[in-house]
Amino acid sequence: MKRNTFLAGVAGLALAAGGAFAQVNEDAPQGGEMVVTYQDDVATLDPAIGYDWQNWSMIKSLFDGLMGYEPGTTTLRNELAASHEISDDGMVHTFVLKDGIKFHNGREIIAEDVKYSLERVTDPKTRSPGAGFFGMIDGFDTWNAGEGDGLSGVEVIDDKTVQITLSRPDATFTHVMALNFASIVPREAVEASGEDFGREPVGSGAFRLAEWTPGQQVVFERFEDYHRAGVPKLDKVTFDIGLDPTVALLRLQNGDADVPGDGIPPAQFLQVMNNPEQADNVVEGGQLHTGYITLNTQMAPFDNVNVRKAMNMAINKDRIVQMINGRAVPANQPLPPSMPGYADDYEGYPFDPEAARAMLAEAGFPDGFTTELFVMNVDPNPRIAQAIQQDLSEIGVKVEIRSLAQSNVIAAGGEADQAPMIWSGGMAWIADFPDPSNFYGPILGCAGAVSGGWNWSWYCNKELDARAAEADAMADPALADEREEAWRSIYVDIMDDAPWVPVFNEQRFTLVSDRMAGDDSLFVDPVHIPVNYDYIYSVEAE
Amino acid sequence: MSGYLVRRLIESALILLGITFVTFVLLYMVPADPARQIAGRSATAETVANIRDQLGLNDPLFVQYFRYLGNLLQGDMGRSYLQRAEVADLIAARLPASLLLMVSAIVTELILGLTIGVVAALRRNRPADHTLMIFSFVSISAPQFVIGILLLYVFAVQFGWLPIGGYGTFAHLILPSITLGFLGAGWYSRMMRSSMIDVLEQDFVRTARAKGLSRLHIITRHVMPNAILPVIAMIGIDIGLFMSGIVVVESVFGWPGIGQLAWQAIQRVDIPVIMGVTMVSATAIVLGNLIADLVAPLIDPRIKTK
Amino acid sequence: MSDAQTLRPKAQSRFAVVMSELMRRPRAAFGMAVIVVMVFGAVFAPLIMPHDPFEQSFDGLDLMGGPLPPGGDYLLGTDLLGRDLASRLILGTRTSLIIGLVANGIAVILGAGVGIAAGFFGGWTAAILMRFTDLMMAFPALLLAIVLAAIFQPSLMIVALVIAMVNWVQMSRVIYTETRSLAEREFIQVQRAIGSSSLRILGKHLLPHLLSSIVVFGTLGISTTVLLEATLSFLGVGVQPPMPSWGNIIFENQTYFSTAPWLVFIPGLLIVLLALAFNLVGDALRDILDPTLKGRHG
Repeated sequence: MKRNTFLAGVAGLALAAGGAFAQVNEDAPQGGEMVVTYQDDVATLDPAIGYDWQNWSMIKSLFDGLMGYEPGTTTLRNELAASHEISDDGMVHTFVLKDGIKFHNGREIIAEDVKYSLERVTDPKTRSPGAGFFGMIDGFDTWNAGEGDGLSGVEVIDDKTVQITLSRPDATFTHVMALNFASIVPREAVEASGEDFGREPVGSGAFRLAEWTPGQQVVFERFEDYHRAGVPKLDKVTFDIGLDPTVALLRLQNGDADVPGDGIPPAQFLQVMNNPEQADNVVEGGQLHTGYITLNTQMAPFDNVNVRKAMNMAINKDRIVQMINGRAVPANQPLPPSMPGYADDYEGYPFDPEAARAMLAEAGFPDGFTTELFVMNVDPNPRIAQAIQQDLSEIGVKVEIRSLAQSNVIAAGGEADQAPMIWSGGMAWIADFPDPSNFYGPILGCAGAVSGGWNWSWYCNKELDARAAEADAMADPALADEREEAWRSIYVDIMDDAPWVPVFNEQRFTLVSDRMAGDDSLFVDPVHIPVNYDYIYSVEAE
Repeated sequence: MSGYLVRRLIESALILLGITFVTFVLLYMVPADPARQIAGRSATAETVANIRDQLGLNDPLFVQYFRYLGNLLQGDMGRSYLQRAEVADLIAARLPASLLLMVSAIVTELILGLTIGVVAALRRNRPADHTLMIFSFVSISAPQFVIGILLLYVFAVQFGWLPIGGYGTFAHLILPSITLGFLGAGWYSRMMRSSMIDVLEQDFVRTARAKGLSRLHIITRHVMPNAILPVIAMIGIDIGLFMSGIVVVESVFGWPGIGQLAWQAIQRVDIPVIMGVTMVSATAIVLGNLIADLVAPLIDPRIKTK
Repeated sequence: MSDAQTLRPKAQSRFAVVMSELMRRPRAAFGMAVIVVMVFGAVFAPLIMPHDPFEQSFDGLDLMGGPLPPGGDYLLGTDLLGRDLASRLILGTRTSLIIGLVANGIAVILGAGVGIAAGFFGGWTAAILMRFTDLMMAFPALLLAIVLAAIFQPSLMIVALVIAMVNWVQMSRVIYTETRSLAEREFIQVQRAIGSSSLRILGKHLLPHLLSSIVVFGTLGISTTVLLEATLSFLGVGVQPPMPSWGNIIFENQTYFSTAPWLVFIPGLLIVLLALAFNLVGDALRDILDPTLKGRHG
């Protein structure tokens, strides 16, 4: 049937785009400009604080950390570090900084700056949402609680060498060093700006902030002294703020914008795809995202695993994907396809309302039951919730929808007795870094099943928690495959308990104007989301 | 009169104070925890607790309120929980856009409303009058978001004469101003029509007409002066309606004003920003009402001003 | 109005008189007709709706997943979930009317109550009540409504309550002024002098005079309420899905407004019609019941 082939095509594209190597044109000429549009104002450009998907890539272009990723891929590489040595027991990491690396204010970066930056982000006074990622560094607990005068695990050996000692071996450490939160910042600029550093960022990234008119425009310009020759390609990137996605699309079609940052609006999506010229300019890629329904294991009847399995079999995921114009692939497990540790051959629960009804009857609910589904009140989530509601009514489960402001849904999820089901759309999990452990801790691990936590299914399996900790302790790169396998089996086992109904993994669709060039993967960069400003070049440059 | 003025000023100040209190209490009652929003999804329970501590969210309501009030009186509206920027800066950056929109909405509604009112009065009880009055009824019955989307669709999407939302040029200002001012145009047209008819019926007008003075002369010399005061009074009330209207209009047109700011802040429980915008809006409303109240005795001397 | 009417035999109730006056005026008659049709639609919705308003039909979407335009099986087309728009609009009439009547009813009771108490008792009572009213008036209404909606978990009744909380101030101002001026009139002074209880004075002497204002502003208030509910639903903080309300139909479908404009404009038109109807009727009532309220010219 036509509908299915359409979706199969999308899925096929997704797998193809998830490849590991990008053909980045290092010799592309420098010059030219790019205009990106966004609807919402940029919240902050402080790397210790910025944590929304809009400023995430902007911060990546303004700042650098010790580690980074190969553009367009999920492969780690050294960034500000010239070398990175790990001790035999995996607990001591020694980084030597590159030569000639400078901040935007002209000063050379030294090891002291690394210590300062890491202490700043873990300092409770900074109130960084990313502090928790650094929990594996020795001395984190005391420093983050407000005691002591620094991170004891971070030691400056000399001007170019920094040694970080961990309190436990942790395989995700190098990824954490590549996070925005681990960006290196200059002390003098931070102290001069105080709390306004987010408005006046000074980093060492490929671009520097040239201008910021709140609510209207942000302008980046090339940092001439960037430590990678020939990067960035563009002279200037202008972000036009406050534009509705429909307006943005029109601007692009008029030649006044290059990339609509918020993507292609749903209503125009089919129009664009059906127009061969425009469809050519669309780049598609996977995202490290999963949209799921959480089933609260502490609230009856979801404390019964068979009820949860029945729910998994009742949801028509294809229909939901169709509702969002096919811009996702149906999911059957917590991890998205482009994440290492994804189980390719896992089949999951089939869509089988008959079997679901039978299972409910067996579990003691032959006539179904009534329950509530919480959802964020921003389109298209209420619509998706209604589709879920209809699917469940087919198996006798009567669902009342609670469409609330995002913060209210989060608050309800963080209590054990308030939200039986939550559709995660709009708040759904996108990986902070491309590692399977990132999908576990806060949302499926016991640590997240606390008041105010994000484990809204209140799922706590101590055995799996132990296996997760073990997997993360496999810090030795030689054990990478084994580790991946360990995580794979953890997630498959989680599906046996069915605390979630994984529904879909969103695909990223970016529209690019004709004058921008660069490998496709740069426009759907899995890490530098959504677009890798550093490596895209202009066809107008000579 | 000056006693009246002083009394009204004091009352206005007290009202604003009361608003800070009521808003603060209401926001306190919202079930979401701002510390969790700030801490983000990867934070540990300790981080959240620490943030709560730092922001003083564990203190009793009255302590938090007086702290806020104290700062407010010194001109410090605090910092946005999410953007970390000063609320005063955020509002200052966006206020001009909203003010521009409101002023042009007032101009639009005056032009539209007064013209319609005059024409309707002159063609009293004839088809033109009836049509125009129906129009004015419709204008006060239409929700602003419907008008906005309709205008966008017809003039921007279909005809392409005007930009589809956004900010920057005069062309961008047209549709949002009409949308915001549409409601007021209805009210003013009826007021103007009434005033006009009142004047037209008077004896001296007939005399003037007999003497050959033009209609225009009569309108400007006799109708306008009488109509001005009620209109000014209405504008005062209008400001109140505008403060609500901008939330919707700015959202529909992507206008970077404080309405948009407020809406986003409410979604994320960014309490300092919500407080800031509410205070600014309430101040504008109170000022508007003050103007209306000061003008009222001039229209109708019977209103006691002691 | 001719003198003949005032000489009409008292046998005909005041209500009938008002009604016939209304029907005499073309605009008011139109308004009444619209209201009657809407009420009819709301009451008999289950019988009139061509389809199930909650059924997300697979045939309700085109092959690309977009909504169907008006015509064929679906008279007014379908919405983004494949549901029949006409049926949802008919059911949505219930939402608008229920909230309009309930929210406004509460607002009237509250507003009139406050206004009468302040106007009648005067002194400190009046001062406090009226300052409080001023305070509530100075709140930007929509912001207040949105914040209130964020505090409580929304449902039909909560939305009605929130709207009432925001709208009662208009009524209280007007009633206060009227009560105050009435309270100082002779016949009231006489009643006080002869020792009638406050309650008696209120009920037997004041209320009848206030009734006209209450009716007029009550009717006009329904229009404001309908508009406010539509706006709240449009912003996503109104009635919970899948319960249809004209405002939340627009909210759910507005992203498609350029390719499926009927999803925005037909519900929009209904909102305008209902609000207009109540405005026309209220305006006419004002003319009929108390011409001095407005000015002498209709």
